[in-house]
Amino acid sequence: MLYREAGQFKTTYAADQQLFPIRQDRIGVLVLLAVAFFGVPLLASEYWFSAILIPFLIFALAALGLNILTGYAGQLSLGSAAFMAVGAYAAYNFQLRIEGMPILLSFICGGLTAAGVGILFGLPSLRIKGFYLAVATLAAQFFIVWCLTKFPWLSNNSSSGVISTQQLIILGYELKTPVEKYLLVLSIVVVLALAAKNLVRSSTGRAWMAVRDMDVAASVIGIKLMPTKLLAFAISSFYCGVAGALYAFCYLGSVEPDGFSLEMSFKILFMIIIGGVGSIMGSFMGAAFILLLPIFLDVALPFLAGIFGLPFSSATVSHIQILVFGALIMFFLIVEPHGLARLWQIAKEKLRLWPFPH
Amino acid sequence: MIKNFKPALSAVALSLAVLSQGAVAAEEQFFPIPGYRVGPYGANGQAFYGGFIDYLNYVNLKEKGVNGVTLTYEECETEYNNAKGVECYERMKSKAAKSSGPIHTMSTGISYALIDKSAQDKLPLAMMGYGRTDAVDGSVFPYAFPLVTTYQMQASAIVKFLKDKAAGDLKGKKIVYLYHDSAYGKEAIIALEAESRLNKFDLVQIPVAHPGNEQGAQWLKIRQEKPDYVIFWGWGVMNQTALKAAQKVGFPRDKMIGSWWTGSEEDVVPAGDAAKGYMAATWNVAGKTVPVIADIEKTVYGAGKGNLQDTSKLGTILYNRGVSAAVLSVEAIRKAQEKYGKGKAMSGEQVRWALENLNINDARLKALGATDLLPEIKTSCDNHEGSGKVKIQQWDGAKWVPVSSWIEGNKALIHPLFQASAKQYAKEKGITPRDCSKEK
Repeated sequence: MLYREAGQFKTTYAADQQLFPIRQDRIGVLVLLAVAFFGVPLLASEYWFSAILIPFLIFALAALGLNILTGYAGQLSLGSAAFMAVGAYAAYNFQLRIEGMPILLSFICGGLTAAGVGILFGLPSLRIKGFYLAVATLAAQFFIVWCLTKFPWLSNNSSSGVISTQQLIILGYELKTPVEKYLLVLSIVVVLALAAKNLVRSSTGRAWMAVRDMDVAASVIGIKLMPTKLLAFAISSFYCGVAGALYAFCYLGSVEPDGFSLEMSFKILFMIIIGGVGSIMGSFMGAAFILLLPIFLDVALPFLAGIFGLPFSSATVSHIQILVFGALIMFFLIVEPHGLARLWQIAKEKLRLWPFPH
Repeated sequence: MIKNFKPALSAVALSLAVLSQGAVAAEEQFFPIPGYRVGPYGANGQAFYGGFIDYLNYVNLKEKGVNGVTLTYEECETEYNNAKGVECYERMKSKAAKSSGPIHTMSTGISYALIDKSAQDKLPLAMMGYGRTDAVDGSVFPYAFPLVTTYQMQASAIVKFLKDKAAGDLKGKKIVYLYHDSAYGKEAIIALEAESRLNKFDLVQIPVAHPGNEQGAQWLKIRQEKPDYVIFWGWGVMNQTALKAAQKVGFPRDKMIGSWWTGSEEDVVPAGDAAKGYMAATWNVAGKTVPVIADIEKTVYGAGKGNLQDTSKLGTILYNRGVSAAVLSVEAIRKAQEKYGKGKAMSGEQVRWALENLNINDARLKALGATDLLPEIKTSCDNHEGSGKVKIQQWDGAKWVPVSSWIEGNKALIHPLFQASAKQYAKEKGITPRDCSKEK
């Protein structure tokens, strides 16, 4: 009843081609953005900003990057964390070595460097596919972490290989509080997410999807495989690189190469599998699920244990948390193998017919 | 309906009010503990944090807290993961705003991530034997304390020990530095390079990639190099692998000397025979012969309030290290109370002052029953380390035996390195260092 597009006539091409063609969607997105930009800063506590919202947005961005590559272009990658590391270290070095470099430009350059490295490691994708490609990108994961450890120049000769990021100064104003950092991260993520949404419905995005569904057929209808695949690698790595720079500058403040481990790559991969492969929205849902659920369980379990008088130590809570988490992942994969985004889509379709389903 | 509810509601409200009043009446000193008991290094964390918590309970049971202030704590599981560590810290921060003991993360990565945050929130961050070592310079890092000793001072002390063994001259000797290729392993390089220039020995650096369960190539290289000694900076599974590999290539184990994270029971027992004769640095001895450890077993475990599920860990190196960390933390609370009021809970800021003005001499350690659990410690604004001493211990096949007295690293050589690095950090971060001569 509320969510129905009947009566919304498109009279111009612009109206027909807009990003969110249904009016209710547009209003929903605007409300969501308004809440994120104005409501959340008024309501959330410092804990929410620095421990939940900022990492959620950053990982959503990284998952978005991987989703472009895996979900849209069909190239399986296990190197997302490594591309994040490239972005983080590159942004740090640009900031360090070029006097007066604006921080946002450093982030972009970090992303571009990651894109370059991504293209390099994307080259094997021209010859190998599927799981074999995943193994090739695994090489990126190990090589990049090794490289950052091996060459002390990259971490400014820090004796331990750990870098401490510089201050965040934008136009002479220093961002210090978690709220300010949150707003910065949010702005970047919103811009990049809208760009991605636009990109995947452009000719580039359609070419990616054609390659994903069957690359031989795609090349027969005139899509050049090499530029298409490499572009997917470049853009995906760019997103991961920017996420890495934000991870270092806005979230942790100091990073070491070992922090960008294979485990983190897997985490990002799980985000898109749970959230929905080939969906912008799914990247956000997956990131929320993977990041927030453990924290929620961590808080809820001792509380429940307190109610029932069970003697839970923090180690037991941790073990149960891993169990429940694993069980929930299996549950979701069995009940909805296309991810949370698909659930959302089904809900929308049901809403269109509600309250008179045929 | 509503009428019936009212008395019940007010009864609940009343009882809640009574309860909260009861809580306010007794002063409590809160310890936020972002620790780990699961994950790859869970076994190490169980022993360390078990010891830490047991000592807090011991003080509560034995003397009813510090001058009547009960010690309370909350644990949060970090799994040795930086992001989780930050989340834990943020979660416990508001609770620690009123009163907070030193925070021990037992993770270099987490302490790096918390260094700026803790200074902003005015919470003291302790990094005993790990972490950002240039925080020794307290003028740049007012809230970070690499207490007791640092990797660099430890490396220097090990070189000194070897020098004494070689009749005071290391000239022309060859020392291999075999290390875990991570922040942890690389910290000591700068100190060893400085020592090798000073003492004119050859230093050969051989990294081992994480996790280090395959070291064939490295030990082949060591055999070719024929070093006089191997200084060994391992972690986790890498330690036992190295000992077994040394046995395989026939390198004498008593020429191998490890850091304090390579010298616990967990490292040598799995290596079996191969570990016999191997030496490692430590700042606390193992065993239940230390009076306070024996007393904890009697008092805390006697009362059924012990934290360890596996009591065989009692008296191990890492358990005793956890106790030593707690001893220092509780002494800091005591010191703070002397200045800011006995019988009160101390805020993070007050505890910070105390950590910077600790003075625990041998007599005090003896009174605490903690002789040999710690060296003497005297901290100040420009020396957040306070000691820089280690002991060398040797594994005799069944237990660790101390084979040296306290050895101090070459402070004149190492501390300027910290100051230079701290200065660079201050420049990068736009921090104006404090003037230590004006601190009281």
